[in-house]
Amino acid sequence: MARSSTLRNISWLWLAATLAVLVVGFRQAIFVAPMEETMGNLQRIFYYHLAHAILSLIFPYVNVAASLAYLYWRHRDPLKALGADALAVASAEVTVLYAGICLATGVLWGKPAWGIWWTWDARLTTELILWLLYVSYLLLRRFSPSGQTGVLSAVLAVFAAIDVPIVFMSIRWWRTQHPAPVFGPEGGGIDPAMAPAVLWNLAGWAMWGIFLIGFRFALERRRQIAEQEAALLALEASLETPQ
Amino acid sequence: MRYITYVLDHLRKDLRLEWRSRDSINGMLFFVLLMVVVFSIAFDPAGYPTVTRQISGGILWVGLLFASMTALNQSWTREQRNQVLEAQRMAPSPASALFVGKAIANMLFVLAVEAVLAPIFVVFFNLHVLGNAWLLALILPLGTWALVVNGTFFAALGLRARNRELLLPLILLPLSLPAVLMMVQATTGVLTGELDPIYIRSWITQLAGYDIIYTAVCILLFETVLNAE
Repeated sequence: MARSSTLRNISWLWLAATLAVLVVGFRQAIFVAPMEETMGNLQRIFYYHLAHAILSLIFPYVNVAASLAYLYWRHRDPLKALGADALAVASAEVTVLYAGICLATGVLWGKPAWGIWWTWDARLTTELILWLLYVSYLLLRRFSPSGQTGVLSAVLAVFAAIDVPIVFMSIRWWRTQHPAPVFGPEGGGIDPAMAPAVLWNLAGWAMWGIFLIGFRFALERRRQIAEQEAALLALEASLETPQ
Repeated sequence: MRYITYVLDHLRKDLRLEWRSRDSINGMLFFVLLMVVVFSIAFDPAGYPTVTRQISGGILWVGLLFASMTALNQSWTREQRNQVLEAQRMAPSPASALFVGKAIANMLFVLAVEAVLAPIFVVFFNLHVLGNAWLLALILPLGTWALVVNGTFFAALGLRARNRELLLPLILLPLSLPAVLMMVQATTGVLTGELDPIYIRSWITQLAGYDIIYTAVCILLFETVLNAE
């Protein structure tokens, strides 16, 4: 997983800790947390949905920070820029994953609980557009010519970061004029008895997301190093003058 | 002042090139006419006049969105022939002047298409504007600029990508969604007359804000994209 054995040991320890926290979170969510009065056991999906929803709003900003760092370091320190680019793609992929899970669990929860699969309110639409933007980010990375991938995707990430708050505000304004069904507890806080389940799951899925990002980051770094070595070989081969 | 001279030079170049072949405009005009016909078959405007007025704002902007995308990719490919793009990179003028000139040229082309589209729309949809029709003269340019400025930027972004034609809508549509909401809400509010003027003004203000923010970001980042190698 990692080159040095310290990093490798830390990764294994982190994975073990993550699994432990996820197991505790599972027990809290499914067995310990009290049953919700109107929805019954169905409501338990909320602990997973909420964790993924919150994290899907944090990881994109990791991507944006990495993209800005890439643009800053691109000409000043190319090696650091490569690392920033690897972090950007890793966090983008995990964002797509978490936003996708948030949308899917939300839809599965919504139909039995509120009778509708979907509504175009501010929160759901923003989450969907976030997912669409990061899928388009990954598509841009796939389709762009090989030298330019980092720059073009970093620019798109900046646009995406600006767009998400604008989407949220404009749709919320729209919905004050044309009210529509709203999913989920709007203003009410979480019952203190449910708080441990929420917090354990939030922590567990955050640790899992960090583990996935780290793993993907290491994978991307290896791919970059292999590419650099291949380029060096090609360069040296071209320098050999025929005698 | 020199900056504006550069922008005008680029604008003149694009207008002249387009005038000589008239590819984009003809293509867009016919595309938009076809879209109106397809939507008419799909939604039967004569049968449901009230519903038609409520959805015609949306149909107008969806038609313009797709029509402008057909022209946007083409506007940059003409820079790729004869290594013009390399010459642009080496020129001493700021790269963003090229972008602004081209965006304004695309804006003029789409506005020309809108000027032709509006009467066609009124005819085929039997539209009778119930609100203040002069507001449309404000909403249409603001909305068009929102689509064109982002479209021109992302057409340049995807210029050397494979599957360039496919990439533009995939990147442009998610980013333009808030602008599309604002322009459709404002247009529908004017067409149906059902929306309080203060709400219409709020949508127009939001649209203007979107335009300013995205124009600024596009101008700042264009040089990075042009010199992406």
